[in-house]
Parts: sequence; C-alpha cells; structure tokens
Amino acid sequence: MRELKITPIKNGTVIDHITSGFALEVLRIIGANNLDKESTVSVALHVRSRRMGWKDIVKVENMELSPQKVNAIALLSPTATISMIHDFKVIEKRPVALPDRFSGVLKCPNPNCITNKGEPVEPEFEVVRRRPMALRCLFCDRYVDDFLPHLNTR
Amino acid sequence: MGLKGRDLVSIKDLTKDEIESIISASRKHIPVAEGKRSSNLLDGKLLALAFFEPSTRTRLSFETAMQRLGGRTITIADPAVSSVSKGETLSDTVRMLSGYADAIVLRHPNEGASRLASQVAEKPVINAGDGAGQHPTQTLLDLATMDEHFDTLSGLKVVLMGDLRYGRTVHSLAYALALFGAHLVLTSPPALRIPEHIRADLHAIGAEIQEEQDLRKAVHDADVLYVTRIQKERFGDLAEYARVSSGYRLDPKILDEVKPSFIVMHPLPRVAEIPSEVDTSTHAAYFRQAFLAVPVRMALLSLILTGHPGPGGGS
Repeated sequence: MRELKITPIKNGTVIDHITSGFALEVLRIIGANNLDKESTVSVALHVRSRRMGWKDIVKVENMELSPQKVNAIALLSPTATISMIHDFKVIEKRPVALPDRFSGVLKCPNPNCITNKGEPVEPEFEVVRRRPMALRCLFCDRYVDDFLPHLNTR
Repeated sequence: MGLKGRDLVSIKDLTKDEIESIISASRKHIPVAEGKRSSNLLDGKLLALAFFEPSTRTRLSFETAMQRLGGRTITIADPAVSSVSKGETLSDTVRMLSGYADAIVLRHPNEGASRLASQVAEKPVINAGDGAGQHPTQTLLDLATMDEHFDTLSGLKVVLMGDLRYGRTVHSLAYALALFGAHLVLTSPPALRIPEHIRADLHAIGAEIQEEQDLRKAVHDADVLYVTRIQKERFGDLAEYARVSSGYRLDPKILDEVKPSFIVMHPLPRVAEIPSEVDTSTHAAYFRQAFLAVPVRMALLSLILTGHPGPGGGS
C-alpha cells in the first residue's frame, strides 16, 4: 500500500522527480522565501522512486514558474517534471527541457567575463553537452560544467 | 564570399574558404605594405582603434594597414584619460564610436568584450584581443606566415609549445590549423596543458593531436614550431614560474636536426623562450610573421570596409 507523504494541493505547481538531494536548491530557485504568505510549500526529501531509485519532490501552492525558473531547475535536475495543478487536478505535466540557448538563469563563472563587469547585458549560454550537462558562455567562450554556484536564485 | 560589413570576433566566425580568401588577398597587399606601391583603396574611410589595454604591435599594425591604404584612424589609446575613467560602460563607448567611424578595432581586458561590442555597434567590430579570449587577426597572420613559407596550409605538422592552457593565441590557431588538416603536436608544462574541452573541440573537427614532452622528438619531421610565452601572471609562485619557464626554452642545437624547410614562429613579445642567437637562423620566421601582420590586416580591412580584396581586383 502506498503511503501519502505529502498532502495534495488545490492550485499550484508540483516539481517531481528532482534529483535526490537537490530539493533545497529548487526552493532557492523558485524563491520559496518570498511566496504569498497563504501558500503552503511542501518538500519531500529522499522519496522512493521506481524510475530513479530516490528522488525529491517540491509542491508549491498558488504559484506558476517562469520559463527562467524552469530552465534553472532543468540545469539543476534534468530529470525533473513540472505539473500544474488546478482544482486538485493535474492540468498539465511536462518534463523540464533546457533550450539549446538560454539566458537569465546563470551568471558566467568567469570573473573576467564582460557580462560580470556592470555592462547592460544578460549572460547567455549554449548547451554543448547534455549528459552530463556542459555549457559555453556565448560572450567569453568559457566552458562551464560546475554551474550550481552560479545559478541566479533571486 | 561576403565579408563586407561583417564582424570578426572569433576565428570561428570565418569559414575555411573565407580564411583562404583573406590570406590570398594579403599576398597582394605585400608591395603596398612594404611601401613599394601605393594604394588609395580606403580613401575616405575612418577606423576607430579602441585599445583599453596596452598593445604595441597590434595597434601599430592596424594603424599602418589603414594608412597604407589611404584611410584614417581615430584612437583611444589610454583609457585612463578617456570617458572610460569616468565610469562609462563599454557598450556606450562602442555606440559612440560606431557613430563616428566606419569600423571599430577593439582590444579589451575582459573576455567577451568584442562579442558585446559587436551586438551594440552598428558598424563592423574587429576583435584585437579580449583578455585571455580570442585574437582572430593574430591567427590569420600566423596562418599567412605558414602559407607564404610552405605555399599551402594543408597537412602541416605543427608543434605548439608553451602555455597551451591560457594562451590567447594558441587555441584559435589550433582550431584553424585543424580546419586545414594539420597534425598538431602539443608540448607544454603539465600545469599548462590544453584544456580538455578544447581538445574535444579539435577532435570534433577531425584534428590529429599528439602530446610530446621532449621537444627534440616533437620537432622531428615537423614543419613548424610555434612557441608561446609562458605568462608570469599565471603563476602564484614565482619560483615555480622560473622553474617551468626555464624548461621551455628553445635550445638552438635542436635546429641542427630539423627539416630544411622547418620554421620557428612566435607571436611576440618573447621573453626568454627563443634565445637571440636563433634570430639569424634560416629557420627563424617570427620577424616575417610580425611584418605580415600589416598586409593581413590590410586585406581584412579592405574586405570588411569595401568588399574588395585589394590590389589586383577580383573578389
């Protein structure tokens, strides 16, 4: 018999199949500290998963994710799925998918990159490899495979 | 081919055919570069030289190239006395220059500066070195030097020696040589080996790459030895710098065993990598390489500013 560890939400977003151990990073990305005071945020760490062995789950009431936040989650945990809940029903469920080029998610880890020098420009990256994920800054050409410390978690 | 109005930020912005066209056009500019003929191809054109970092030969060679073709230049040579010192962004400076001049040559201490400039400028931007990043016109003149000497760029065996990790010029050069089917031999201190992702890039375009720590073995059967400076600023420990750099010095005796057509190249300035006694050897090509900076930049400016390759016509 399955035990229900997190209660259902009426309206909001469920981020499932998060790589085990990364839920707290996901909370930072979605800005869980700044949510509507009436919203409940549920976090399940280290949940059994048939597909993944172990996974994390985050449920947030009354919130939809911006494309930038979905991209940031995709960088962190490419296996994650996002379900939109309306009136307790899943109205849309999709895997996160990072586009080949994206901006607004990461700062360039190269401190000498022009995007870190106060210019009015958004850092932009292209995906050079997906498994494991590797990116390239479209300005300074820096190859980036350790991007977690550089995620925008505003 | 249409280079007119194009930016040149990275050597990857050019196809193999475009690289060949620039090199072939540069040969026709040599008599003008030497002052034996005159040209007014760029009469009425104005080139902005925005140098936010010290540079002697790059700035002078662009200035010479423009003036030999009858064009003029405006220069930011000392950012300390320009509006940059008042906190103006590069984006604003470039927009302003783009209103004044027909093209902008940019040298900047930050990587990616030229990519940004090319996005905000309405005129072509030529990257003359951005931090530890790209320096595509150096690559073009390196290739032109090899092409002039061997009359081909195909299938050369090129030894790249020195700082292969941070070296500004060497990654672009390795990429371009790989396009022409070169066999690359890499020789560097262990701490300054070529980064794995650059090696993967080179493999992806079919480069044949070999590593060889023993320079004598590396140059055996090779056509070119390309030496780069090991930069002091990359080492926290000066004793370590002294140890590594002293080990990367070209022993002139090695040249007794190379092919007669073998050449030694260096982007200059050199410190101690090549002792001065090599200068008079028939194998020394680095001063010719420095001279070719002018006709190569003449060809590039002609193509970007007018769409014509220069003396002799054709396109």
